[in-house]
Amino acid sequence: MGKTDIRAKLDSMSIVFIALGVLILLFIFVPPLKTMFSSSPVTIWNTLLQTKVYSSILLTIYAALIATLVGLLLGVPLAYILSRHEFRGKRLLEGLIDVPIVMPHSAVGIALLFVFGSRFLMGKFLNTIGIGFVDEVSAVVFAMMFVSVPFLIDSAKEGFNAVDVRLEKVARTLGASPWRSFVRISLPLAWRSIFSGSVLMWARGFSEFGAVYIVAGHVPFFGYHPVAAPILVTELFESPGGLGAAQPVTVLLILICLVAFIVFRTVASRGVKA
Amino acid sequence: MIKIESLKVDLGSFLLRDINLDIRSGEYFIILGPTGAGKTVLLEAIAGLYPVLDGRIWIDGREITSQRVEKRGVGIVYQDQVLFPHLTVEDNVAFGLKIKKCPKGEIKAKVDTIAEIVGIPHLLKRRPDTLSGGEKQKVALARALVIEPKVLLLDEPLSAMDPEMRERMQGELREMHRRVKVTIIHVTHDFEEAVALGHRVAVLNEGEIVQVGSLEDFLRHPSSEFVARFALSRNIFNGKVVGTEDGCTFVDIGGVRVMAITELKGEVHLSLRPEDILISKEPLQSTARNSFHGAVSDIVDRGSIVYITVSVPPDSSPAKSRILPGELDFVCLITRRSFEELKLRKGVRVWVTFKASAIHVF
Repeated sequence: MGKTDIRAKLDSMSIVFIALGVLILLFIFVPPLKTMFSSSPVTIWNTLLQTKVYSSILLTIYAALIATLVGLLLGVPLAYILSRHEFRGKRLLEGLIDVPIVMPHSAVGIALLFVFGSRFLMGKFLNTIGIGFVDEVSAVVFAMMFVSVPFLIDSAKEGFNAVDVRLEKVARTLGASPWRSFVRISLPLAWRSIFSGSVLMWARGFSEFGAVYIVAGHVPFFGYHPVAAPILVTELFESPGGLGAAQPVTVLLILICLVAFIVFRTVASRGVKA
Repeated sequence: MIKIESLKVDLGSFLLRDINLDIRSGEYFIILGPTGAGKTVLLEAIAGLYPVLDGRIWIDGREITSQRVEKRGVGIVYQDQVLFPHLTVEDNVAFGLKIKKCPKGEIKAKVDTIAEIVGIPHLLKRRPDTLSGGEKQKVALARALVIEPKVLLLDEPLSAMDPEMRERMQGELREMHRRVKVTIIHVTHDFEEAVALGHRVAVLNEGEIVQVGSLEDFLRHPSSEFVARFALSRNIFNGKVVGTEDGCTFVDIGGVRVMAITELKGEVHLSLRPEDILISKEPLQSTARNSFHGAVSDIVDRGSIVYITVSVPPDSSPAKSRILPGELDFVCLITRRSFEELKLRKGVRVWVTFKASAIHVF
């Protein structure tokens, strides 16, 4: 009886849709999996031990982390304002925040140079306070931040939206200042969304190629001059070794992003349960 | 004491305007109005949570109109008990004291005292999502009361509960108020709730206070069509339980003895829907336990339906055809057709009949 039931549910449309779905799933899963399983763990380990590789990966992890921290400091307050206040042009502003997601990333790099390049206003200012931009770690951080901060802002905003504003009102009547009510009530209740947004932002920054490639090549980082990991992969690919040379580093990058993604999903699904 | 003078608040689609209230210290004050009348916003304006366009508010002789929320000493409890979901019951209740940086021992003592008053000592270690609606509401009350506010604002605190729970909570609110003696402003759309709890009632409609007064004021002198409609929606009596027989309870309401079904004792309120009362020219042969002879004293014609007020004299005085002061008024709802068939006019003598089970005692 169970069998006929299942067959009865699977009309021709469902069968076609499932088949199409399987196609797109294969398309998503097969390339990364095939890449990961065509290098031996030993090769991957030896690759990781190369200074060029590990310093590049560390630089990328570090720069993405700094970008995320700055994003938290500047983005979370904005997310809170967007969640709690209505004002003219709010919709437009919310749309604009997401523009970096759809901009060509090389265009992002060029745009950043127009503001932070040493010939331009912000660049001059940064120079005078001792922060270089082009081909410095700060350029990597800025490029990553630009393309990834919308993920954090959007996620934090959703988090604050889910916090009943009356909880904050009650906290106020109980003697809490707006600051206290934010720290004691809003932030703890929205932290899951903020955290998963941060992981998403970090992972997106970590993966960035285009914008970073334009503003920063080899940057000084702990006594070495690595490039960001996605750029390293490209350099290796364009070297005489080609595909084979690029593959072990690629596997490492996929693994790192996979870990970040698992962390993100775990936190997000716990949030749903609570 | 709270004094509100010419308060004006922008509600977006309409204004809360010309709000004048004088609420006495320790009073249980009710603001009664339909959904969307601006009741919640009025409370939030008093608490400082909603911006005020114009007007002034005083608490205990001090003007607080532009004072910060956290300095006002006004507690608030919302309809659907917004407890802090990430804190235990104990931490919810202690929140205000911790913000004030009270010493630990003092916090513990105060939380325990208030927990005992509202009846939640056994819940202190629980998390909010494990509580029932009534329990959550008590925790919300304790959380607001523990910091000893000058005024406690209750925003439809019983509306989300089932009728049985609501009745029990009404009793507990009364008891709490008796013990804590805080000034309470309680908003509701429920006329019975207003009668059961309020010393005085203000009726709010479309952003305006249309009448302030006691229950009797509303029933005898409704100031407007709107108040009259509220008052006509229920027959409300104050009464006293005088005895029990065969599962039925006798309640004396101003000399008239009605039979009802209740477990309550002592002073009670009764409510009876106008549509549950039958009107007849002759005594009815039926199972209904309550039947009284009186005279039509008022007729409110609403087209297809007609409200008939029948005045019933107290047992002690001899039945007369004219209307005496102190008579009991029963408002009855009948169809226009019945109205015409019975040829009712003012002064016509009729019988009113209703079942014991139609009376709600609270």
